[in-house]
Amino acid sequence: MSEEVVLLDFWPSPFGMRMRIALAEKGVKYESKEEDLRNKSDLLLQMNPIHKKIPVLIHNGKPVCESLIQVQYIDEVWHHKSPLLPSDPYQRAIARFWADFVDKKMPDLGRKIWATKGEEQANAKKEFIESLKLLEGELGDKPYFGGENLGYVDVVLVPFYSWFYAYEKCGDFSIEAECPKLLAWAKGCLEKESVSKSLPDQEKVYGFVLQMKKVFGIE
Amino acid sequence: MADEVKLFGMWASPYSIRVELALKLKGIPYEYMEEDLSNKSSLLLKYNPVHKKIPVLVHNEKPIAESLVILEYIDETWRNNPVLPQDPYDRAMARFWAKFIDEKLLVTTRKVSFTAGKEQEQAIEEITEQLKQLENELQGKEFFSGHSIGYLDIVANVLVSWFGNVQEALGVDMFTEEKFPILFDWIGKVVKIDIVNECRIPKEKHLDYIRSRLEALKSASK
Repeated sequence: MSEEVVLLDFWPSPFGMRMRIALAEKGVKYESKEEDLRNKSDLLLQMNPIHKKIPVLIHNGKPVCESLIQVQYIDEVWHHKSPLLPSDPYQRAIARFWADFVDKKMPDLGRKIWATKGEEQANAKKEFIESLKLLEGELGDKPYFGGENLGYVDVVLVPFYSWFYAYEKCGDFSIEAECPKLLAWAKGCLEKESVSKSLPDQEKVYGFVLQMKKVFGIE
Repeated sequence: MADEVKLFGMWASPYSIRVELALKLKGIPYEYMEEDLSNKSSLLLKYNPVHKKIPVLVHNEKPIAESLVILEYIDETWRNNPVLPQDPYDRAMARFWAKFIDEKLLVTTRKVSFTAGKEQEQAIEEITEQLKQLENELQGKEFFSGHSIGYLDIVANVLVSWFGNVQEALGVDMFTEEKFPILFDWIGKVVKIDIVNECRIPKEKHLDYIRSRLEALKSASK
């Protein structure tokens, strides 16, 4: 049976990037449709009526929403190649825990770093670095969170690397100085084509952030 | 080797109760450790140093935190009475609605609890819409998971006693049989199931607890 896979995406979205990496790791051919989030397509609103957000994975006409759920879905459907989650239930639980941790911390703290000032921004920077340090602890000496190969947590976290330059410029700090191990890990991931082709250029993301600041009237 | 299963929980936490439901559904014997959240045990802090929260499941000394992560671990480790569907698409849907309950419904419930006036009215409108969206998922089904209770029924268990008690303690009217006949019909069915009934939060004790927590938080913010 021919598979039809469509991804509704938005180029700077770290959540969209997760999908690009996962689909590339699995060698899945798909059609990518770029959404204009100020003018959402009928297809997006039809396929994700509850949240109206990207990314949306449409597999043979059926939508799957929410990036962590989508990555697990991709891993389960295309299970014969490049497994992202480990097979042991306890290791899977650890991977899911840290993916959940990334989602609890990165999006909100990242946004506060570029969109706020003063004490709110300072607190966000502090907690951001603390969170990255916890992740460094989990990584340990492994090349990837997934061990010898790219795994679930790598796919979930590495997209935020494309936003680091923007966070550094807006927050006036160096992430590399605080978390060198994590930067080394990210660069290691970027040596994989599935990652390098899925992440936009950091300068381009910074340009996008500057545009957003203008739109929202943030200095 | 004998399995050693411990659950660090709290009697009024819907997150803790959902783990108990999964363990009971699979007939897994466990030792329950009640945590005093105002004075967390050193064991809890050792087993969940990142979030310092309950529930935490400890299986043969290996800790697992975050209730939805724990549910998946339980289902993958004890394969009898599967709680998640077999088909990947159905699993994705079950996970989607569980996330919806936690990240939308329960977050908006907090808004309702901690606001007043127009802000609270708006939050109640939001919850009404969210409950309607969740109710739609029950259309044509006996339980969220089909003919018997499963993952989503376990997560939606928050509606069985917790939600109604919070509503009563707040004196708001948002979750009624009139507005949500299908959800109430589902509640009527699940409470007839022994394990669900065993996990009901004692009402008066819960009302007192909610009221005292709200008072404490209000005076802390002054």
